[in-house]
Amino acid sequence: MMLQRILALVHKEFLTLLKDPKSRMVLIVPPLIQLLVFGYAATFDLKDIPYAVYNEDRGVAARDLLADFRGAAAFRQVTEVRSEEQIAPLVDARQVLVVIHVGPQFTEDLQRGRPAPVQVIVDGRNSNTAMVALNYVRTVVNRYNDAWIANHDLQGPPARLVMRAWFNPNLDSRWFFIPGIVGMLTLVVTMLVTALTVAREREQGTFDQLLVTPLRPAEILLGKALPGFVIGVVQATVILLVATLWFRVPFLGSLPAFYVGLILFLLSAVGAGLLISSLAATQQQGLLGAFLFMVPAVILSGFATPIANMPQFVQWVTLIDPLRYFLIILRKTFLEGAGFGLVFDQFWPMAVIGVVTLALAGWLFRHRMY
Amino acid sequence: MSAPGQPRGGSAMRLRGLLRKEFLQIVRDPSSIAIAFLMPIFLLILFGYGVSLDADNVPVALVAEAPSQDSEDFMAVLQASHYFAPRVVATMPEAERLLSTGEVKGIVRLRADFSRRLRQPDGAPAQVIVDGVDANTARLVEGYIEGAWGTWLAAQAARHGQELKMPIDLQPRVWFNSELRSRNYLVPGLVAIIMTLIGALLTALVMAREWERGTMEALMVTPASMTEVLLGKLGAYFTLGTGGMLLTVGLSVWLFEVPLRGSFWLLWGCSSLFLLAALGMGLTISTLARSQFVAGQVAIIATFLPAFLLSGFIFDINSMPPVVQGITHIVVARYFVAIVQTLFLAGNVWSVILPNAAALALMATILLAITWRRSRKRLE
Repeated sequence: MMLQRILALVHKEFLTLLKDPKSRMVLIVPPLIQLLVFGYAATFDLKDIPYAVYNEDRGVAARDLLADFRGAAAFRQVTEVRSEEQIAPLVDARQVLVVIHVGPQFTEDLQRGRPAPVQVIVDGRNSNTAMVALNYVRTVVNRYNDAWIANHDLQGPPARLVMRAWFNPNLDSRWFFIPGIVGMLTLVVTMLVTALTVAREREQGTFDQLLVTPLRPAEILLGKALPGFVIGVVQATVILLVATLWFRVPFLGSLPAFYVGLILFLLSAVGAGLLISSLAATQQQGLLGAFLFMVPAVILSGFATPIANMPQFVQWVTLIDPLRYFLIILRKTFLEGAGFGLVFDQFWPMAVIGVVTLALAGWLFRHRMY
Repeated sequence: MSAPGQPRGGSAMRLRGLLRKEFLQIVRDPSSIAIAFLMPIFLLILFGYGVSLDADNVPVALVAEAPSQDSEDFMAVLQASHYFAPRVVATMPEAERLLSTGEVKGIVRLRADFSRRLRQPDGAPAQVIVDGVDANTARLVEGYIEGAWGTWLAAQAARHGQELKMPIDLQPRVWFNSELRSRNYLVPGLVAIIMTLIGALLTALVMAREWERGTMEALMVTPASMTEVLLGKLGAYFTLGTGGMLLTVGLSVWLFEVPLRGSFWLLWGCSSLFLLAALGMGLTISTLARSQFVAGQVAIIATFLPAFLLSGFIFDINSMPPVVQGITHIVVARYFVAIVQTLFLAGNVWSVILPNAAALALMATILLAITWRRSRKRLE
C-alpha cells in the first residue's frame, strides 16, 4: 500500500521532469556537453606559452639556449624584439606571457666561467600561470646548465635531487580535475532535479493538494528524493564512463567503494536540495538558495584550490560541504586505487549531512504553511 | 512624441510607472535585494579568504637514514622556510604511509651513504617523492624543495670556502604581481564570476514569472509597449546590479587590498556593459524558457560552471584545445575577467580593454535583441 503510494508519487515526479521537452533537454544534454568541454578546459598545464626573445648576444651559446626554447613543446615563439622599449607593449597587450632577455655579455661570461645572467619577464596577472611558466623556463635552463657542466668538465653541485611523483607520475593536472568534474556535475544535476520541485508546488498551490492525500510527509519526502537519486546515479555512471574511456583517466580503486560514496553523496546533495526547496516560498527564492549552496560548495570543495591553503575559519566551513568529502573519495578511488579502508572516514560526514537535511526538509513540509 | 489623445509625458511617464512597479516588486520580495547586496558580500568574503593557490606550511617528511650534520642543516633550512611544516620520520615505510594517508605531501629521503657520497665527484643523490594527485600543488612543492635545496647547497659551499656557481644565472621578473600573490588575480576574477551570477539570477525568472502568472497579459493591455516593459525591468535590475558591483569592487580594494591600478571610471563603464550583457543573458533565458522551473534549471546549468571554468578566471584559455577556446567566446564572463584582471593589476591597457569591451557590447546587444524579438512575437 505504502510502497504503491510512493511509487505513484515517484512516477509523477519523473513525469514532471521528463515530460516537458525543455526540461528533459536541460537534464540530459548540457551535463554531457559540459563534461567534454570542462574536461578539456580544466588543466593547469600550459601549452604553447607565447614568448618573445630579446637577444643582444651574437655568440653561439645564446643561439643554443634559444634553440632549446624553440625546441621545447611547451613554448611557442611569437616574435623577436630589438629594443627594451618593445617589451612592455607586448606584455601589456597579453601577446606574450614570457620575454627571454639575453644580455650582450652572455656567451663571453659563460666561456670565462662567470655566472651569465638571463633575464626572464613574466606576465603576473594570473599568478598561477606565471608560476607554472616560470617553472617551465627553469626546466629548460637547468637542462642547459647540466649539459654545459658535462661538456666543459666543470665541477657540478655536490648533491642532486631525484624527483618522483606518486599516483600521477607525469603530474598531469587533468587527472586531478576530471574526477573533480564528475563530482561537480553530479551536484549540479542533483540541484536541477531537487532545488525547485517543492518550491514550484508551493507556488502553484499543488503542494497543499499533496498534503491532503493519504501520503505521509516521510512518503512525500521519499517520492521527491528518489528521482534525484536515480538521475544522479545514472548521470554519474555515464560521466564515470566518459572520464575513463574518453579522457583515459585511470580508475584504479574499488568500484563498490565509489558507488557507496556516490550514494551517500547523493543522499546529502538531495537532502540539501530538498531543504532549500522546502524553505523557499517561491521558485525565485529556491533558485537563490540553490546558488547560495552550490557556488560555495563547488569553490570551497578543494576542486581547484586546495582546502589546505584556506584560512582556518574557512576550513571549518568546508566541513559541512558534502562535495569536499566526495572529491576526496573520487580522487582516492580514481588515482590512488583506494578501497573501503582509505575512504571510510569520508563516508559518515556525508551520511550525517544527508540525514539531517532530509529530516529538516520533511519537517518543513508540514510546518511551513504559507 | 506621444500619440494624439494621450496624456503628456507619454512614454517617459509610462516608463517611470513601470520602473516604480519593478522597484516595488523588488522591495516586496526580499530575495532580489538579497541577490543584489547580501550575496556579493557573502560570496566575496568567503571566497576572497578561501580561494588561494599559495601553498604555505606544506607538511613534508624528512627521512635521514643516518642522521648527520648535513641532514640536520637541511632540516634547519626547511624549518626556516614558511613554505614547509617539516617533520623528521625515522624510516621510509613510515613516511610512505604518511604520504598515502595524505598527512604529508612530500618526502625527502637522504640515504645512509648520503654524507659519504657528498664528497665524491658524481655527487650524492637525494630522493624526493611528492603526492602527485593534486598535480599543481605537487609542482609547487617540487619547486619549493628545489629552492630549499639550492639554499642548502649554497650554505654548504660557503662553509667549504667555495662559491656555488651555475653557468646560467636565471633572473625572473614577474610584472604586475611581483610577489605572485594568487589573491591579487583571483579576487578581481571573483568579481566577474559573482556579477555573472547576480546579473543572471536577478532576471532569469522575471519574464517567465510574468508569463506563468498571467500578469504579462495584464501588462499587455496597458498602453505600455513591450519595449517599455523590457526597459522598465532592465532599468530596475541594472540599478540593483550596479549597487552590487560597487560593493564587490569596494571590498576587493579595501578589504582584500588588491591594487586598482587602472581608472575607476573605466572600470565602472566596462562593468556597466558587462552588467547589461549578464542581465541580457538572464532575460534571454527567462524569455525563451517561459516557465520559471525550466528557466531556473537553465540558469543553474548555464551560468555558474561556464563562468567558473571557461572564463580564464582560473584556467588559462590559451592552453585549451582550439575547439574549447572557440566555445569560451560565448561565455560573457570571459571578456570581463580579461578586463578586470588588466584594470586591477596592469592599468589602462587599451589594447586589452577595447576589444573586450566591444565584445561585451556586442554580447549585450545580441542578448537584449533576442529578448526583445521573442517578447514581441507573442504580442502579434
